[in-house]
Order: sequence, then structure tokens, then C-alpha cells
Amino acid sequence: MSESTATPRAKRWPYILPLVVILALGGVFGKRLLDVERGRDPNLIPTVLLNTPMPSFDLPPLPARGDALRSEDLKGTVSLINVWGSWCVACLSEHPVLLEIAKSGEVQIHGIAWRDDPARSLEWLAQHGDPYSKVGQDPHSKTAIAFGVVAAPETFLVDKQGVIRYKQTGPITADDWRNKIKPLIAQLNQ
Amino acid sequence: MKRFLVLLSVLCIAGGALAVEPKEMLKDPAQEARAREVSKQLRCVQCQNETIDESNAEIARDMRVLVRDRITAGDSNVQIIDYMVGRYGDYVLLKPRFMASTLILWLGPLLLLILGGVVVVSRLRRGDAQPLAPLSPEEEIALTQMTNETTPGDTK
Repeated sequence: MSESTATPRAKRWPYILPLVVILALGGVFGKRLLDVERGRDPNLIPTVLLNTPMPSFDLPPLPARGDALRSEDLKGTVSLINVWGSWCVACLSEHPVLLEIAKSGEVQIHGIAWRDDPARSLEWLAQHGDPYSKVGQDPHSKTAIAFGVVAAPETFLVDKQGVIRYKQTGPITADDWRNKIKPLIAQLNQ
Repeated sequence: MKRFLVLLSVLCIAGGALAVEPKEMLKDPAQEARAREVSKQLRCVQCQNETIDESNAEIARDMRVLVRDRITAGDSNVQIIDYMVGRYGDYVLLKPRFMASTLILWLGPLLLLILGGVVVVSRLRRGDAQPLAPLSPEEEIALTQMTNETTPGDTK
């Protein structure tokens, strides 16, 4: 009697399987949650354009504000290209950092006014300060799409040969500037 | 009730409403059909789970317009899709491509099915090979006792 009720060892493992699966899932979910906590958003799309030449563009300037923004003109200098819009709330939070960078003189910043009314762009710059060397208008996202932009602000660091060396998705923080972008610029300028 | 049913059916039809605006559409119906076909394969990068054909997001609209511009400029469907993949990566495709990193995605379900089949077959086979052991004399007696018991709750 006792012999027939004992379950052979080999037959037990299927019953442990659900527990193993649940623990494994819990581990995966937990890791993702921690990633978000640490500021590494797993939903961010990695740019495929890193270390490839930037797309070519020729964007008209804001009315009565300097020259057109042309990819050709950027060759020979390291530059930051910042995609923004007066409609973009996160851009406003990033703005003081851009002004700081412009003041430091470490790198020239060019703006792409994305899907924006030029009058509003100008007004926004007059109100909040203007860190940009040149600003080009991209009303129909042609250049934004060419850069693989998903949402403003996004910023690209381009080297002297016009190759994209860094991409910032979302606002640049003072920390990002100090620890990531500034050292990279120094390296690219060598 | 009748009104309610009419309303319900209208709502069901409305579910298929288009994001594509008339002014975006190409004049040539064949080209427009191609644009729709391409748009249905491209993900709206901002909304994550909608095609650019369905999405009302502004970036999706601009992507639709770009698709149409490229069609009129003479690009093939494959060229347009490759362009978008070149900008946004494979993420922009709603249907993942068949390649090394997506192998588990494509073959995973098939693998599970085969695995399940193997388990089922092996179980059935084992059942055939080892028929239930006959009852021992003591068990036989216990069984007859149990079946003869008429008073419920009698635990003996």
C-alpha cells in the first residue's frame, strides 16, 4: 500500500515548473522596474545612427535671425544639434543647461525648430534666452525623421567629420553635460 | 432597443475610422494604395503600438506624408521601409524581421508546440507500456468492503 502511493522522484518536477516560471518572470519584471528607477528607461529606442554620418539637411533660418542651418556648414567643427519646439515642455526644463553650455563656449549649439510656428520660436527665444548659433526650421519633420527623432528634446553631438557621436534622448541635465558630453567634446577636439 | 442596436452597429463601424486625412492622400489610387500598404507596416514611434496609418500623432502624420513623398519621387516600398529602418532601427517595423536576434520570437511558439507534443506522446506511450498494477489481495478486500458499505460516514 505504502509502496504504490509514493510518487517517484522523476514525476515531481512538472509540479515545480510553475513556481520556477513565476520566479523567472518576477525576476525579469523586477529588473525592468529597477532599470526605470535608476533612470534607464527600457522604452528608449537606441539610435541606429550612432557613429554614422548625420543626414544632410538645409533648413531655412527663423525670420531675420542669421543664416540657414546646413549640414555642410557644420563640417570642421564639433557641434551640438538640439531638436526643440516652443510647444515642448521638456525643452523648457532643459533650456537653462543649454544656456550654460553656450556661455561656457565649449561647443556651438545649433537648434532645429521642429514643427513650430517661426514667430513662436522667436518669441520663445526672446523670452527664455537664446543659446543657439544657428536655428533652422523643420516644419514637416523631414530632418527630424532623418535623425530618427521621436520626441523633443533630442540632441546630437556631431564631430568634425559630421559623424554622430552621441545622442541624448530627452533633456540634457547638468550632470549629463559635465560627465558625458563635455568629456566627449574634449576628446573629439583633440 | 432598436435605436440602441443601430447606435451599437454604427459605433462598431466607426471603429475603423482613418487617421489619414483627405488632403494627405495621393491623387493616383495605385500610389495611394501603396502608401497605405507601407504605412500599415510602420510603427508610430511615439505611440508604440499603432501603425502610422492609424495614429493621429503629429509625427505619424509627418511620417505618412514622407512615405507619400517618397512614393511620388519613385522609391519602391522596400526602399521606403529601409529608409525608416535606417533612421529608427527595426523598432519601426510592426512585424519583426526574421533574423538571428528575432529567431526565438519567430520559432519560439513552434518550439513550444513541438515540446508539448513530445511530452504528450511520451506520456501516452508510457501509459501503454505500463498498465496499472493489479490490486493486491488486501486491496481487493478493502474495495469489496467499501462497496458493500451502505451507511454513509461509517469510517470503520
